[in-house]
Amino acid sequence: MLIGQQPKDFLLSVEGLTVSFDGFKAVNDLSFYVDENEIRVIIGPNGAGKTTVLDLICGKTRATSGSIHFRDRDLTKMRENEIVQAGVGRKFQTPSIYDDLTVFENLEISFPRGRSVLGALTFKRDAEVRERVHEVAEMIFLKDRLAMRADLLSHGQKQWLEIGMLLIQDPELLMLDEPVAGMSVSERVKTAELLHRIIEGRSVLVIEHDMKFVEDIAHKVTVLHQGQILSEGTMDKVKNDPKVIEVYLGH
Amino acid sequence: MIENTRFASRSELVGIAALALLLVVVLPLTLDVFRLNLVGKYLTYAFVALGLVLCWGYGGILSLGQGVFFGLGGYCMAMFLKLEASSPENTKIQSTPGIPDFMDWNQITELPLFWQPFHSLTFTIAAIILVPGVFAFIIGAAMFKRRVGGTYFAIITQAIAAILTILIVGQQGYTGGINGMTDLRTLKGWDIRPDHAKVVLYFVCVACLFGCIFVAQLIRHSKLGRILVAMRDKEDRVRFSGYSVANFKIFAFCVAAVFAAIGGAMFALQVGFMSPSFVGIVPSIEMVIYAAVGGRLSILGAVYGTLLVNFAKTSFSESFPELWLFGLGGLFIAVVLAFPNGVAGLWSDYVQPRLVRLVTPRKAGWSAPNAVAEGAPAE
Repeated sequence: MLIGQQPKDFLLSVEGLTVSFDGFKAVNDLSFYVDENEIRVIIGPNGAGKTTVLDLICGKTRATSGSIHFRDRDLTKMRENEIVQAGVGRKFQTPSIYDDLTVFENLEISFPRGRSVLGALTFKRDAEVRERVHEVAEMIFLKDRLAMRADLLSHGQKQWLEIGMLLIQDPELLMLDEPVAGMSVSERVKTAELLHRIIEGRSVLVIEHDMKFVEDIAHKVTVLHQGQILSEGTMDKVKNDPKVIEVYLGH
Repeated sequence: MIENTRFASRSELVGIAALALLLVVVLPLTLDVFRLNLVGKYLTYAFVALGLVLCWGYGGILSLGQGVFFGLGGYCMAMFLKLEASSPENTKIQSTPGIPDFMDWNQITELPLFWQPFHSLTFTIAAIILVPGVFAFIIGAAMFKRRVGGTYFAIITQAIAAILTILIVGQQGYTGGINGMTDLRTLKGWDIRPDHAKVVLYFVCVACLFGCIFVAQLIRHSKLGRILVAMRDKEDRVRFSGYSVANFKIFAFCVAAVFAAIGGAMFALQVGFMSPSFVGIVPSIEMVIYAAVGGRLSILGAVYGTLLVNFAKTSFSESFPELWLFGLGGLFIAVVLAFPNGVAGLWSDYVQPRLVRLVTPRKAGWSAPNAVAEGAPAE
């Protein structure tokens, strides 16, 4: 395995990560590394700890032990908003957007400027912001929905909006939790196309069950099972790993 | 709505102008000085309701202890006025002339150290803003940084209101105890008691209120206002948009506290006394009801709600003093259950669309939903 290499070569180094909820180890001594511009997909059966791993990286859940280094900073010691400002973006499994605000305002809030109290108070909706919002809205197929309240969007549109909110944040590491779940077939195709466009030039960590989609985008696949790595490598290698077939793909 | 102006939309400007017309022209012309002074007193509570709209309506932080800040502002003002009223000539019959009468009654022979700076009006005005502001900052930092929120926060603010009341009542020699600070007379030699002074103070109060409305509008239309709305709905998500939720909550809470304090100071000036009965749990909850009745998302609604409930209180409690509190409780329940957006919600849902249709009967494009969206854009 990769243990023993210099962590600083990687964008993200997760080492010995463990989290226990009342004695149950949802993630158990997990180590993995993500390169610059790498697209890594995490797969695994339900309850394998996939979402928990993302929660740990973005600071939503605190690790019991272990470390998560993003470049040279230890994310386990940072607050959520500091992790975002360091360049880690996260899309949640269920669309998580601001229902009471318009699509425009949702995107504007995610624009990485004026994040302090004073900054937010003096924030100006200038040409740069407007252009960027319109540009992203076009990418996420919501160009003509900008003035609409976000809770009136369809499920698929909400997912796109959240992807757009991430996009406008321009993170170096993008984490997506089941980005195509619950979408219609046509929405799925559009989303895949969208994701292909936004993953360029950054590292991406994706959780997904749709195997076709995984095969399509993954550079490397990590298979989790009961909070531990079962197998790791290219899609071909993982697909032919008897352990993986046993617990996951075979069923 | 995307290219929103920075301060207010057109219908909001009309609303502010209408309120100004009512408070600056209609009421002073139609009411006698006694009633006008009463309205002025009600308006001091509107400052608190205004703060609650920002903090509770927009930010989702329910504080049941705004009386604390109203009281701190009021007491700061009252201390200055009391010192001026306690000149050695005015108090020469006391065993220690030159100190407030209640201190003399409590065998205090020297002005306490923390009273000394209140000889200065400049210091007093700064204290009216800073004391509640800093106190709110400390409470906010202690609570929000630890992610205490919702009901727990409401209960803690209520406890603080109770504690402050007990403290004021208990430290009679320093605070005037349960009677409060009475017999306030002059402001820099200008008598605040006669009718013409009351009229002037009414207008000062209205001017301060519009100042606060202006600040509230600026906040609401800034990105910070939208972050507050976002936070109320999905606090966690805001963190993952890169914002420190705690800092924004502290800010909203501090602004609400400063508004309340300005109201308290205007109260002491207009009513001529300050007592712990405006600090504790019951007045604090009443102030939340004003905001709820007015519509907790409406800045102007807060003012109307306060006036409405207080007029009702004055007229009902004169005829049915025992029933009033039940009436107030019933009103709160009714508003929360039936009209969660209060008077402002009724206005923008029912009255405004009809008015718009009446004014522009031919323009089919001006449909009702548009009007609603204009009237309450942040909803």
